[in-house]
Amino acid sequence: MKHTFSVLLQNKPGVLSRVTGLFSGRGFNIESLCVAETLDPKVSCLTVVSRGDEAIIEQINKQLNKLIDVIKVSEINSKEYVEREMVLIRVKAEASTRAEVLRVVDIFRGKVVDVSAKSYAIELTGSDSKIQAVIDILRPIGIKEIVRTGTIAMARANKNK
Amino acid sequence: MGKISGSQAIVKCLQEEGVKTIFGYPGGAVLDLFDALMDSEITNVLVRHEQGAVHAADGFARVSGEVGVALLTSGPGATNGVTGIATAYMDSIPLVILTGQVPRALIGNDAFQEVDIVGITRPCTKHNYLVNDVDDLVPTLREAFHIARTGRPGPVLVDLPKDLVATKLLYPEKTPIHISSYQPNFNPHPVQVEKACHRILQAKRPVLYVGGGVISANASEELTTLAEKLSIPVTMTLMGLGSYPGSHRLSMGMLGMHGTYTANMAVAECDLLIAVGARFDDRVTGKLSDFATKADIIHIDIDPTSISKNVKVDIPIVADCRNALTALNQWFAREKSFNPTEQAEKLAPWFAVIAGWTAKHPLGYRDDNQVIKPQYVIETLHRLTEGKAIITTEVGQNQMWAAQFHKFDYPRHFVTSGGLGTMGFGLPAAIGAQMAFPERTVIDIAGDGSIQMNIQELATARQFKCPVKIAILNNGYLGMVRQWQELFYNKRYASTVMNVVPDFVELAKAYGAVGLRATTRQEVEPVIREALATANVVIMDFRIEQEEGVYPMVPAGKATTEMLLV
Repeated sequence: MKHTFSVLLQNKPGVLSRVTGLFSGRGFNIESLCVAETLDPKVSCLTVVSRGDEAIIEQINKQLNKLIDVIKVSEINSKEYVEREMVLIRVKAEASTRAEVLRVVDIFRGKVVDVSAKSYAIELTGSDSKIQAVIDILRPIGIKEIVRTGTIAMARANKNK
Repeated sequence: MGKISGSQAIVKCLQEEGVKTIFGYPGGAVLDLFDALMDSEITNVLVRHEQGAVHAADGFARVSGEVGVALLTSGPGATNGVTGIATAYMDSIPLVILTGQVPRALIGNDAFQEVDIVGITRPCTKHNYLVNDVDDLVPTLREAFHIARTGRPGPVLVDLPKDLVATKLLYPEKTPIHISSYQPNFNPHPVQVEKACHRILQAKRPVLYVGGGVISANASEELTTLAEKLSIPVTMTLMGLGSYPGSHRLSMGMLGMHGTYTANMAVAECDLLIAVGARFDDRVTGKLSDFATKADIIHIDIDPTSISKNVKVDIPIVADCRNALTALNQWFAREKSFNPTEQAEKLAPWFAVIAGWTAKHPLGYRDDNQVIKPQYVIETLHRLTEGKAIITTEVGQNQMWAAQFHKFDYPRHFVTSGGLGTMGFGLPAAIGAQMAFPERTVIDIAGDGSIQMNIQELATARQFKCPVKIAILNNGYLGMVRQWQELFYNKRYASTVMNVVPDFVELAKAYGAVGLRATTRQEVEPVIREALATANVVIMDFRIEQEEGVYPMVPAGKATTEMLLV
């Protein structure tokens, strides 16, 4: 089962390696990991996606909390949330496929950000499943290069408040 | 007040934290610090190897309950300390390790004696720091002591660049420490306490399973009150020995791989297991799927990660062990329906079963009139010191025999490397213990293999007048590994025979210590008596039965009820 943790950290040197060291040292898996400063420059926010059964996810949560530099751990999947990932894809675009690629970009509300005689570079944002869908469709046409940011996520605001 | 140097500030901060003794070894990157120490009341115990410094600080911390401090130089000084740091980390011992670092301008340049010790020790410290700004120096040190001694204790390393330590600074006033991201939960949740107490009252076959957390929380008294008021039999982990009096009627001794038959059977058959400050280590549980299968589990621990890590817990209580046990005791004191006498009567059938196990397979060994049995040596040490000595151990058979046959009646009297199992721990730890309590008898129970791992510390013991007594159970083998080879590798003794071992009596003399030897059973008691009466460091070389094994033994991966017995 996939789980997304949103972790607030002290923004200090070496903190990221404490988190990644924890995952590797205890054999937890990292599917993706994203980290950047928050509004408060002393605090950064890390989104990490991992997989495991309930016991493992509980351990990951507790072990993250145990790190002295970790301020707060939220398990995003336990609430309503939005998650987004951005991807850059360089796809083959020769005479026979150029129109098809543009159609796919249009359907998925992507953008062409670089053009050459034989390829387009596409920028696309969405949930993990949307990104996967685009990749599946473009693969037969010929993906030459792909760069993904990994997932970032945010809990939805409580509608009753 | 005017400005002082970084090194003077460090010394001042150590004094502010109540430090009187540190353990260290100098070098280029810490020259300033050692220089500043000369003008203070703090004694530096000059060890002979940095691993010894950290083990000694560890031994000091375990017996005194205070934070142990080690001071090492950069590069090899720091890396030599890593085994000591990992040892303390696994056993949750509060240490502050100060390491020198190359000047800030050289960090990352592969400078002479440069190593990224913060990177190396990240997985084996509770927390660590590289101080980059001179204004952070004193606050960081204060934070290090705070983190080391609170919550689940552990070692904290502070890396100090040489140029920073030489910089002048204004010594900051002491302010309360507040780390927003570090707030251990000291007090138990009343709902959980209530749940636990009700469950305890329903239990027909309860067992208390207690570990090192009881000792680090100084909760022995509260534990004893609970066990006795509620007539609950107690078993201790290796780290928990002494947290409950080992010679008391409710004590079933140690559990686990080399635990007593009674303790392992009781855990297997109990209907309620109350774990206090213990962490369900594999040496305790054996095969996890067969561990305490008939029991509900209450788990008291300050560290939430320990709860349900290996074994699913029914009633967790995250709190300091002393606060939690106090809350339980108060609940039973208030509860009108609870009566200690009725409780004892209710549990009488359970005690009858336990007594049956003890009668069937008591802890024992086959004694001999001529050959020295190691267990007899331990029993004699216990008898002649009235169980009041501080016992440190090395790792292996010596450690297990000490745990089994020395009945520890007091907390902070047994100093052993439990989690990491570090050979070479006992002698430096004994020196640390002796520095904390110069008037007490400190005995290192050692093997002929492991004593050689830090034998150089004999010189430290002599120089600092630590009259530690070393009892070597000399069997000419790396005994514990040999025992496994005997049982599981068709007696193929690969690399466990030590053909060349120093003459320990002569070795003692070479260091200016006293060496004594016993080769027969009759010589054991006189040797121990003489050692105890000697004001100097003494090595006792006991030539024991060579192929004696440690029993009971649960083979690795087996259920704890599948014990090999004597």
